[in-house]
Amino acid sequence: MSAKLPAVHGSINGQAFTAAADATLLQVIRGAGLQVPTLCHLDGLTPVGACRLCLVAIEGHPKLEPACVTTVADGMVVHTHTPELETYRRMAVELFFAEGNHVCAFCVANGSCELQDVAVEVGMDHSRFPYQYPQRHVDASHPQFSLDHHRCILCTRCVRVCDEIEGAHVWDVGYRGSTCSIIAGLDQPWGDVAACTSCGKCVDVCPTGALFRKEDGTGEKHPHPERPRQLAEARSEHHWQNQ
Amino acid sequence: MTTPPPKLRFATVWLAGCSGCHMSFLDLDEWLFELAEAVEIVYSPVASDTKVFPQGVDLCLVEGAVANADNLELALQLRARSKVVVSFGDCAVTANVPGLRNLWAGVDGGSRQSVLDRGYLELADTGAQHPHAPGIVPELLERVLPLHEVIPVDHYLPGCPPSAERIRTFLEHLLRGEEPAMEGPAMLGFG
Amino acid sequence: MAVTWRCCDATACRAAGAAALRQRLEAEVGAERVKPVGCLRLCGQGPLAAADHDDGRSELFGGVAGERRLDWAHPFFALQRPVVLERCGLVDPSSIDDALAQGAYATLAACRLRPAAELVEEVVRSGLRGRGGAGYPTGRKWQLVAAQSNASKVVVCNADEGDPGAFMDRSVMEGDPHRLLEGMAIAAQAVGAAEAYIYVRAEYPLAIERLRTAIAAATDRGVLAGLPIQLRIGAGAYVCGEETALLHSIEGGRGTPRPRPPYPAASGLWGLPTLINNVETFAAIPAILREGGDWYAAMGTAGSKGTKVFALSGAITHTGLIEVEMGTSLRTIVEAMGGGGLGVVKAVQTGGPSGGCIPVELLDTPVDYASLQQLGSIMGSGGMVVIDGSMAMPELARYFMRFCVAESCGKCLPCRAGTVQLEQLLDRFVEKRASPADLAQLEQLCGMVKATSLCGLGQSAPNPVLSTLRFFRAEYEAALAPGVVP
Repeated sequence: MSAKLPAVHGSINGQAFTAAADATLLQVIRGAGLQVPTLCHLDGLTPVGACRLCLVAIEGHPKLEPACVTTVADGMVVHTHTPELETYRRMAVELFFAEGNHVCAFCVANGSCELQDVAVEVGMDHSRFPYQYPQRHVDASHPQFSLDHHRCILCTRCVRVCDEIEGAHVWDVGYRGSTCSIIAGLDQPWGDVAACTSCGKCVDVCPTGALFRKEDGTGEKHPHPERPRQLAEARSEHHWQNQ
Repeated sequence: MTTPPPKLRFATVWLAGCSGCHMSFLDLDEWLFELAEAVEIVYSPVASDTKVFPQGVDLCLVEGAVANADNLELALQLRARSKVVVSFGDCAVTANVPGLRNLWAGVDGGSRQSVLDRGYLELADTGAQHPHAPGIVPELLERVLPLHEVIPVDHYLPGCPPSAERIRTFLEHLLRGEEPAMEGPAMLGFG
Repeated sequence: MAVTWRCCDATACRAAGAAALRQRLEAEVGAERVKPVGCLRLCGQGPLAAADHDDGRSELFGGVAGERRLDWAHPFFALQRPVVLERCGLVDPSSIDDALAQGAYATLAACRLRPAAELVEEVVRSGLRGRGGAGYPTGRKWQLVAAQSNASKVVVCNADEGDPGAFMDRSVMEGDPHRLLEGMAIAAQAVGAAEAYIYVRAEYPLAIERLRTAIAAATDRGVLAGLPIQLRIGAGAYVCGEETALLHSIEGGRGTPRPRPPYPAASGLWGLPTLINNVETFAAIPAILREGGDWYAAMGTAGSKGTKVFALSGAITHTGLIEVEMGTSLRTIVEAMGGGGLGVVKAVQTGGPSGGCIPVELLDTPVDYASLQQLGSIMGSGGMVVIDGSMAMPELARYFMRFCVAESCGKCLPCRAGTVQLEQLLDRFVEKRASPADLAQLEQLCGMVKATSLCGLGQSAPNPVLSTLRFFRAEYEAALAPGVVP
């Protein structure tokens, strides 16, 4: 947020806010101590507006807007938890569970999984949508890490952190629709992709147990979603210029 | 002198699950005595010897997914004979680990054949053969289903297993005649 | 008495034997008196050939042997109002000389002498709205791009026509490609763009061939006012008809949409201000600038000016391409022009997988943006499929949902996973094993996918379900199986 820009004013859930004119709604919502769930968004990475969990209602807007990519405007009156939004969010989380193979009981990320947490946040006690049991695979070709596609929610954080922060661009999205998957290199086994620096940032930012360190057993994954923001800040503020 | 009100008729059922939810139920320890004051346990793998699911049940906790013909029959029976049915634990709620064989539902032979072949032929050290005892060993269903895809369910109590605390809070609400407030990490969360 | 033949050489007639027909005619009257042209409209009777007599009479024949004599006076032809298609069927699409002789690029040449702002103003006055489906006012879009201060701007033509049953843009490109190029060149001058792209789907090989020929010839003759127009071929993704996905695809990226704003008018191709319009929109431009915006605005209705091209197909007697004034009633189109249904007409589907079904009782609805939207359908790009009584509506809805499942890019959750669940719910209705809870779930999930998807594809994917639920709910209710629990 730039201090030079004029401030804008508005309200979120009846609570007044003042923000820099280039702030996103998500920044303002969280800055005000309020909460909307997110899965694809991560501070420090380019937002993509793909998971649709941070949709909010803005008075005068015909459509719901994703808070992560919507810039605030003067006079914005925002509602983050209308009954409609709460219903849709819960349905969205159920769809996430139903489209993959998420079995928390024996997942490396059990207890530190953002999908698991979001399910609690939206009040999901079961899925009204039948589980699809897609046949996916596990890529264990990398010496240190594994990618279990069954647990992937296609948030593309790994794609973005590798491209934007590490600069290696190992990851991409391949295929279409419900058969989409994260691919390494030119859809190769991860271990065969020479561009991978084994930095582990993709593992750090993965919100579920899809990307993990091989030594991690059930419930042992320790993600570090704060790293992209730290690294982006360190770069922009030249934290290491004298080193 | 008035007669005390009739006790709530309480049942627990074990379908395709590991019995961990029942173990967690037993972790309620001394609170079980309080529960026993409030309810009459009419059917349960851990607290009753009754072999046939009785009529007139008020509250029934169902652990496990619906994986075989016996599970299906019992699920239909308990629904017909119970006022309130609770999906108890992740296997009942999502099919969880037993449901993993559904991954083979689309392959040649289907999930039933695949799981039997794997379990009884491929992994057998000696005497590889499929179990076959009609009327004794129930037939597997082609897909393992969460309880609510088979019968209407009134409440969901997720967790693998749900902690004893979660079970207790849930039951206390129901025993007081209240809707259980299923929100927050204490009451919700898979795994 | 000499006769000159115009032989339809567009995709549909080619498939019906246009080559054999042309061969026969060339043997009969000599190749110099047989001219290949674009779509002659009545595709269902193809291959078509028109015989132009020296005395001005013209006759139309269908079939390789010319065995079906057709009537130009039939309402199918008589009620058409060709503007976009004014040269289609008259001009040889592969000959720039023929196009020039029939007035191509004359309007562009005249426009070069006019101030850019005046051109934009003319389009604003015309009331033209985007013909790709969304109906955004074209003049407004031109104003937005023209107002950008960047030195470099781009004009992009969306030729990724993909709705099932839609072939309007294909017909324009195959039949009169120079009209499209001229429209784009006028647009480029109006908004201040120095380069242009046409994004055309790979499934249109003939259109691609005609465009290549036309671009090369027009560049060679220097009639494009120096505007370089590049062709980009799609890779088979329907969603690339969505403008941001299309731009990603031109840039060489994965064809997936992104949230807007920024709109392409502000930041489009390579981050430059980009004017993106569909084929039919650009093809309407030369006539509008030639005759004036007021002339165009005098046609049509208050909110929907001018003419619109439709691809008429399905269970109807006369299938083909029509261009009519906006506001023409569906009844006129189906009963008079189309000659009525093959069976009992049940509904008319407009707008493809993003549209809906108008029941036969509402056939007097005028075809304009507002009226169709009010009925839960959309104008769309111009596909118009007549549905007869043999089609069960849940099945029709499932057909379109399957299309959306297959064409979802997978970027946003509601479209990627929600459409799959919707298709499975519709399976239950088609197979008559649905429960009342399924019906409630179907409606709720439609609402969710519509309200929360990222782009127009997902947002409109539930429309065929919602529209058939609205007018044919009894068919869904009849599919409920009494014994199904839960």
